[in-house]
Amino acid sequence: MTAQTGTTGSSAGPVTPPPVSSPGRPDDGSSRGRGDGGSLGRVGSGRRREGRAAWILAIPFCLLFLAFTAWPVIQSLFMSITDTRARDLRHPFGVNVIGLDNFTKALSDPTFRKAAANTAYFVLIGMPLTLVVALAAAVALDKGITRFRAVFRLGFYMPVITSIVAVAVVWRFLLQDPGGLINTVLGWVGITGPNWLGDPNWSMPSLILMATWRNFGTAMIIFLAGLQAVPAELHEAAAIDGANAWKRFRFVTMPLLRPTLLFVMVTTAIGYLQFFEEPFVMTKGGPLNSTISLSMYTYQQFGFGNYGLASAMSYIIFVVIAIVTALQFRLLRERT
Amino acid sequence: MSVDTAQRPTGPAPAPSRGKRPSRTGSGMVGSSQGGRWWLYLLLTVALVAVIAPFVWMVLGSFKGEGELRQVPPTWLPESASLDNYTQLFSKLNFGQYFTNSIVVAVVVTAGNLVFCSMLGYALAMLDFRGKKAIFIAVMGTLMIPGVVTFVPLFVLVANAGLIDTIPGLFLPFLVSPFGVFLMRQFILGLPKDLLDAGRVDGAGELRIFWRIILPLCGPALATLGILTFLGSWNNFLWPLVVAQSEDKYTLPVALALYSTGQNSTNYGLLLAGATVVIIPILVVFLIFQKRFIEGIATTGLK
Repeated sequence: MTAQTGTTGSSAGPVTPPPVSSPGRPDDGSSRGRGDGGSLGRVGSGRRREGRAAWILAIPFCLLFLAFTAWPVIQSLFMSITDTRARDLRHPFGVNVIGLDNFTKALSDPTFRKAAANTAYFVLIGMPLTLVVALAAAVALDKGITRFRAVFRLGFYMPVITSIVAVAVVWRFLLQDPGGLINTVLGWVGITGPNWLGDPNWSMPSLILMATWRNFGTAMIIFLAGLQAVPAELHEAAAIDGANAWKRFRFVTMPLLRPTLLFVMVTTAIGYLQFFEEPFVMTKGGPLNSTISLSMYTYQQFGFGNYGLASAMSYIIFVVIAIVTALQFRLLRERT
Repeated sequence: MSVDTAQRPTGPAPAPSRGKRPSRTGSGMVGSSQGGRWWLYLLLTVALVAVIAPFVWMVLGSFKGEGELRQVPPTWLPESASLDNYTQLFSKLNFGQYFTNSIVVAVVVTAGNLVFCSMLGYALAMLDFRGKKAIFIAVMGTLMIPGVVTFVPLFVLVANAGLIDTIPGLFLPFLVSPFGVFLMRQFILGLPKDLLDAGRVDGAGELRIFWRIILPLCGPALATLGILTFLGSWNNFLWPLVVAQSEDKYTLPVALALYSTGQNSTNYGLLLAGATVVIIPILVVFLIFQKRFIEGIATTGLK
């Protein structure tokens, strides 16, 4: 620590490393310099100087944050109880407060309900699938093999970094019927593949498949980090006690992986509950609204100019996300 | 199974030392031979091929002509490879402009995040000031709010400011992010606080301490934040789709999305070449920085 201080500070001249108990280390929020007597004369002005410097550093962020994050969050809440429409943009005071009408309207809208059901379908199938694939890949890379680990890790992670629009272009070709690559490959083994994106029964499974392909890499990397934190001694001890590979995984690895699992579940669920881009670029919500999602329907209402209604819907999504997150914390925290 | 468990004396199970990962020199200890299990390699290779195949097919397809792309059954390798699709992309379709727009927006957004988030992250981690707690709570509180909530008011705001269909309209809302502050604050908290005092003893001003002493030590965190931000901006789709209305303001994803649904939607070779142009730059960035990238994701735990 001191050595590092010396080298970095040396550009400005010789440095005497300060005593550890010197003032000005407000790491625990206690006001600096109080009660430890060192260099009393500097404390008052130093503290003011520090406060001023801190604000100079904080101001740019705070201004941008207020304008582009905090204010929209509040305005969205306000809009959700008004009948704001696109044409009210120029007359912001012409809107009427209509209470919770937007919320009741959204919740009784059959398309909104359909979108909610689709989103639930996507999350309930897509999230476990993504997690299982990611965990399997992580376990295989962590314990099963010793060579080419980096290559596999890199390859599996690649879809994560790619643009959804570009991916959609490619996947539309792959899923084409007839003549798509996937149905051609299925044809080799004698299976007649369905019209993936054109059949209302298969459109959602297609999107789930694509989302899993595109997202399991992130979960895999986080699982890998979690797995590598499991002490090898525990496995050895369990092996001595006669536990086979599956039992070691189930009773040694899994309990220790619980925090990681919780984290991955929560972030995946939050992402999937907002799923939007896949149907937007692949199916436009069709066929027969079979892939329209909550976020996408909200966006459509925005497109129609129904800003108040769209805001109400966005807050409904937010509340659902908050509830699902809280539930997951409960479920996975309890038994630790 | 359990070959090398023999070297461990039997007896009471050793107290597990949680936390840091112990040396894993014996990676094969869970009962595999030297190179691991061959069938696992086979399985993983098949999976890898399946995961990578769409990209390979995309790149190969971008060199094919229209006729070949419509062929049933489809071909893998181009029968007569040509760069026609790419020359059309940049001459007829103005992809050079979209490329420039994407780069400009991504670079500005990344720079903004690096500078502003590290400034506030430092102030929150090391300095003491009025309102610190309030800022921290406000910023962390918005981490979980989905983008769809702010979307409509943000659009109204940018429209009222007259920034629709301008390049600043594309990047201004993304110059700072709560996640960036969180990342930088966590990293700077881990730096020794003596650094500040050393700087003060030397008579350096508070801002100079940040700029000359703290920031140079933040390399790993800045790299992680920079890569993630650049990636996010490059792939950002919905916001530019709404804000960029005239063709010369399009970013690459917007242009590709509109062409893939518009009049060129049947020009397969062109679309595949476009998709390749969108993906390849980010792929190169990824391959160069992949170690840092993956470490960053593992430690921050976020995409």
